[in-house]
Amino acid sequence: MSTVLQDPQTVETPNYLNAEYGWKSWLFTKDHKRIAILYIISITVMFVLGGIFAGLIRVELLTPQGDLVNSDTYNKFFTMHGIIMVFFFLIPSIPATLGNFFVPMMIGAKDLAFPRINLLSWYIYIVGAAFALTAIVMGGVDTGWTFYTPFSSTFSNTFVITAACGVFIAGFSSILTGLNFIVTIHKMRAPGMTWGRLPLFVWANYATSLIQVLGTPVVAITLALVGLERAFHIGIFDPAIGGDPILFQHMFWFYSHPAVYIMILPGMGVISELVSCFSRKAVFGYSFVAASSIGIAVIGFLVWGHHMFVTGMSMYASLYFSLLSFLVAVPSAIKVFNWTATMFRGSISYDTPMLYAFGFIGLFTIGGLTGLFLATLAVDVHVTDTYFVVAHFHYVMVGGMVLAYMGGLHFWWPKITGRLYPEGWAKFSALLVFVGFNLTFFPQFIAGYLGQPRRYHAYAPEFQVYNVMSTAGASVLAVGYIIPFIYFMWSLKFGPIAGNNPWKAKGLEWETTSPPPTYNFETPPIVTEEAYAYAAHKEDHGG
Amino acid sequence: MHQVPSVRTYVLVWLTLTIMTFVTYYVAQIELGEWNIVVALLIAFFKMMLVILIFMNVKAESPLTKLFVGAGFFWMVLLLGQVAIDYISRTWMPEGKMW
Amino acid sequence: MADTHGAVAEHNPNLRHHFDDMEQQFDSATLGMWVFLLTEIMFFGGMFCAYMIYRSTYPGAFASTSAHMNPLWGATNTAVLIVSSLSMALAVRAARLGQQKALQLLLLVTIFFGLCFLGVKAIEYHEHWVDNKVPLIAGHWDYSNTEESPNQAQYAKQAQILFCFYFFMTGFHAVHMIVGVVLMLTIFMMARKGKFNSTYFTPVEISGLYWHFVDIVWIFLFPLLYLIGRTKKLI
Repeated sequence: MSTVLQDPQTVETPNYLNAEYGWKSWLFTKDHKRIAILYIISITVMFVLGGIFAGLIRVELLTPQGDLVNSDTYNKFFTMHGIIMVFFFLIPSIPATLGNFFVPMMIGAKDLAFPRINLLSWYIYIVGAAFALTAIVMGGVDTGWTFYTPFSSTFSNTFVITAACGVFIAGFSSILTGLNFIVTIHKMRAPGMTWGRLPLFVWANYATSLIQVLGTPVVAITLALVGLERAFHIGIFDPAIGGDPILFQHMFWFYSHPAVYIMILPGMGVISELVSCFSRKAVFGYSFVAASSIGIAVIGFLVWGHHMFVTGMSMYASLYFSLLSFLVAVPSAIKVFNWTATMFRGSISYDTPMLYAFGFIGLFTIGGLTGLFLATLAVDVHVTDTYFVVAHFHYVMVGGMVLAYMGGLHFWWPKITGRLYPEGWAKFSALLVFVGFNLTFFPQFIAGYLGQPRRYHAYAPEFQVYNVMSTAGASVLAVGYIIPFIYFMWSLKFGPIAGNNPWKAKGLEWETTSPPPTYNFETPPIVTEEAYAYAAHKEDHGG
Repeated sequence: MHQVPSVRTYVLVWLTLTIMTFVTYYVAQIELGEWNIVVALLIAFFKMMLVILIFMNVKAESPLTKLFVGAGFFWMVLLLGQVAIDYISRTWMPEGKMW
Repeated sequence: MADTHGAVAEHNPNLRHHFDDMEQQFDSATLGMWVFLLTEIMFFGGMFCAYMIYRSTYPGAFASTSAHMNPLWGATNTAVLIVSSLSMALAVRAARLGQQKALQLLLLVTIFFGLCFLGVKAIEYHEHWVDNKVPLIAGHWDYSNTEESPNQAQYAKQAQILFCFYFFMTGFHAVHMIVGVVLMLTIFMMARKGKFNSTYFTPVEISGLYWHFVDIVWIFLFPLLYLIGRTKKLI
């Protein structure tokens, strides 16, 4: 125990971390902040597991031949990577961690509307994860995270039902989180916290919750039907006995496309917070950014057919979905323009969270624009099911979402733990992540456009140079993730004490102690100013 | 909180619902071709509205609750409608079949 | 803990500490239940979607499937659920007015009708089992010897799919009914212990919403599954 770093004048205030000790106080907690920490730990574990599968994929793809593993095993690698990353990392990530922690605080509430349901949602997540892990340990699943029929329902010899159960159960965790947020944001805002004063992070989580509540049940029933078909050998989706595999895809993607907006919207909410704080300026076009979150949530339900352009869907339906897919890019673009306008004539500081925000804006723009290529029917016929698609969604999911998560973690770490992380190491890791990410995924655009198909464990030799670059990049990226893990852990014991507001940021969460007390505020706040009420003139933010 | 509806209102609604059930049953035995399903669904829709507005008291609820109820049904329509767009428009192409 | 909800006089013993007042708590619970029912709409909606596609694709097979249902049982069950909704609505009303005995009686009536519904479903499922119409079991669903129609065999596999939908849709619905009955039993126990009064009846209210929703699902299932092709001869 180092006494050098303990400030003798700092009396540790009562906060949610020292309120109670012992495993029971954590596993039976109703405190949204503790539940958020439970989630942080759980999704980090799943992220590492998903990352290991990614590593295995990249190692196999170093050489054109399928020489590390056979194709069946490779199919399991990308399936498990997808299932874990989508359902057990990306979907819960920001809402269940930063959202759980900060939505109540940002609106001035003592907790979410239904604290016990919040805890239940974490337990349900754990049960779902247990099913998924069981499927892995028993031998894996090889259908792809998309569970396309009739392979998944009839022909696959792997543990489809176990994995589908895991996803089904995790879906309920997602639904309960969304339900909780919707009711909380409607009913538990502090006096003076009108909808027009809500932080954009709250708007983003609200829009996300709408999608979770409206979309998840459909994938639940779809996977249930697949499981029933598999268990009882009936032909709901099996064409040999009159079933319709396209129907499966319609029902699956009805959720799974909006699901990607579940993943990205909270990240966009984080970026709004970061950009305003580190430009010392209110977010430009607040109402447009707020409305665009809702717009993405709604229009996101009208575009799923763009996953099915080459499957046999009617041409007219394809036209409809293509047009709407172009439309859904508009609210996202509105956000990017507004963040840029926020930075214009702002007082920019280059702390780590802002570096991640910069990364997000650039990489998400690339990912989003390549989405438009894919929405174009003629181009999609050429690049669908190639590495172009893989690169596109990794740009938005990793270059976008994961960077936003890292930025948010760094931004709010002092509030959550009361400690500061080491800024030098953090900047270095952010750079590693940026460089590693681009080296991993940019070559995949090229390889995909030139024709390398996805989900193949072998490829034509002319693609090798891109794959080698990609694998090298993945190694750098991995280091970029490992270093923050180390220094975050280090900071818990040895990091400097953060103080209430190290970033001098605006927002109710910064007006209470770090870490916050169990009931968040000593006295319930009354809100009198707009969101992001930074001073009009430039000021030094210190920190 | 809200005004409590009278027992009479509830019983009247129940009577209407029961009568509509009989109507559904008997109309189903009359040959109306394509319209059989339309009539059946219309009656079911009407019964549903009665249950929602009176039994579930949505008539007296806030606009927010009404919005959520409406959104729920709208979203189901989004699912059914957009899937139907695919199947129906397959027949617009020459040689196109719905199935 | 510092009494942040006020040194101001009494607070309802049923008020949870993260809420400011009973009205906020009640409104939150009701909105929460409605949001949950939204998820249920989409859950059943997925099944209705698949049903819609298959029914429009195989109208003949579907009509023949419907011929194996007993619409009298279906209609009876519809009537049973409707009257249970009446007793439920009256129970919620009794709770609002603090009428303890009426509340308990009406809850029991609701539970009774719920069990009637499940009983009728059990009889129906048993009949299907006896008639070899359960598509999930090998050996059942053999159309090859039927005299009902010369083309019946052609429809065998298609009809099997649609009969599956019958079992899944009514099966999921029955599961929701069972949950509803258990829920009502719990509410009844709470009512007997005097937990509810005119200032606190939230669990009754939101359970009532759930019950009515399950009724609404059946209101649609009945015509869609039982009453199709009642007029036509089997093709």
